[in-house]
Amino acid sequence: MQKEVDARGLLCPEPVLLAKRELEKMSSGTLRVLVSTAAARENITRLAESKGWKVEAAAQGEDIILTLTK
Amino acid sequence: MSFTKGKRLLVVFAGGIFGLFGAALVKLGNPPNMGVCIACFLRDIAGALGLHRAAPVQYMRPEILGLVLGAFGAALATKEFRVVGGANAFTRFILGILAMIGMLIFLGCPVRALLRLAGGDLNALLGLAGLVAGVAMGVWFLNKGFTLGRAMPQKKVNGYLFPALITIFLLLLVLQTPFLFFSKEGPGAQHAPVLISLGAGVLVGVLAQRSRLCMVGGIRDFILFRDAHLLYGFFALLGAALAANLILGSFKPGFAGQPVAHTDGLWNFLGMALAGWSVTLLGGCPLRQLVAAGEGNTDCAATVLGLLVGAALAHNLGLAASPKGVPAAGQAAVLVGLLATFFIAYFNSHALLAKSPQQGVGPDAKGS
Repeated sequence: MQKEVDARGLLCPEPVLLAKRELEKMSSGTLRVLVSTAAARENITRLAESKGWKVEAAAQGEDIILTLTK
Repeated sequence: MSFTKGKRLLVVFAGGIFGLFGAALVKLGNPPNMGVCIACFLRDIAGALGLHRAAPVQYMRPEILGLVLGAFGAALATKEFRVVGGANAFTRFILGILAMIGMLIFLGCPVRALLRLAGGDLNALLGLAGLVAGVAMGVWFLNKGFTLGRAMPQKKVNGYLFPALITIFLLLLVLQTPFLFFSKEGPGAQHAPVLISLGAGVLVGVLAQRSRLCMVGGIRDFILFRDAHLLYGFFALLGAALAANLILGSFKPGFAGQPVAHTDGLWNFLGMALAGWSVTLLGGCPLRQLVAAGEGNTDCAATVLGLLVGAALAHNLGLAASPKGVPAAGQAAVLVGLLATFFIAYFNSHALLAKSPQQGVGPDAKGS
């Protein structure tokens, strides 16, 4: 089961808050986070990497899809 | 991890350059401890457009125009220009008004708070303490699910309107159009040469867009996530401006007699608390709002209009502080503003509304 957070169209720090809330419920696995700005991508990447998650980013249309795995 | 380190270097560089410009532009003619101030300069632009008639604070500040155009260019060049909006633009407009009133009680935005401190103005410490308190209030509501909603993609043309408006302002300035208002004396009459101001603005705009530099973002992210990334930019700005002022002999520590400042600590604190709280709800400091508006976010453009209207109201209604102090009307406006911000924050926070008196009556709570 892959979890997903849709943080498109939200300004800082909301995308990070949403991602953080999900990550706190998981000890491992995969979380997909959809964002629409590079700032949100960088902020979530920083948070996730600091907590030991691996982050991969890919474009999806104009949006960015982040795959967080641990 | 090099990704994060590279970004940190960029945010330090952006803050440092901004701080240096802040100190240098004063030497080149800008008002003391006001090399760059987003709030004061938007207030001057409101004056140049005749939205208020406070004669000493009217000038079409090229720093602001350059900043927006720099951010716009950087966003276009990196394909980060995205036209979005529709996330409560009117509420953002109102919060912009409230933020500006708070900043004009303190006499400066978060950037100028640091530049004032770097010039030795210790009153700024009260303002910065208020800013932190205000950001903490905003963070509390963010943790309770505060949101102004999701921006949706819009047609490209709508995102070009704001940079176009700024370009028109620049043309009006360059052509010295007679219907603009320009101060003959006072802070509005003190300015560096147009090209230098514009160039500094463009460079800061590019750097701020690339680094996501945000003055309240640093405080906010540290409280929320213990993430100091943006704080590096905050302290780089302070450090660079302080070092430059020490070298230039512009550092004069004290409370009394500081340029374009008053010594009323309580209202310095409360004014910046109002500003910090409202801009945290808005997602970023006035600098960040300008940059985001340049990146195509039309909600942030509405916020900038709110800042301009707030400046006009502050001067037309006699709310703004001056070196003589804070007028009673301004004190009342801050209290009303704090109350209004509270209502906006409360009634847009999911978790608080879910705990309304009918708890247990509605559908099962989702938990937090």
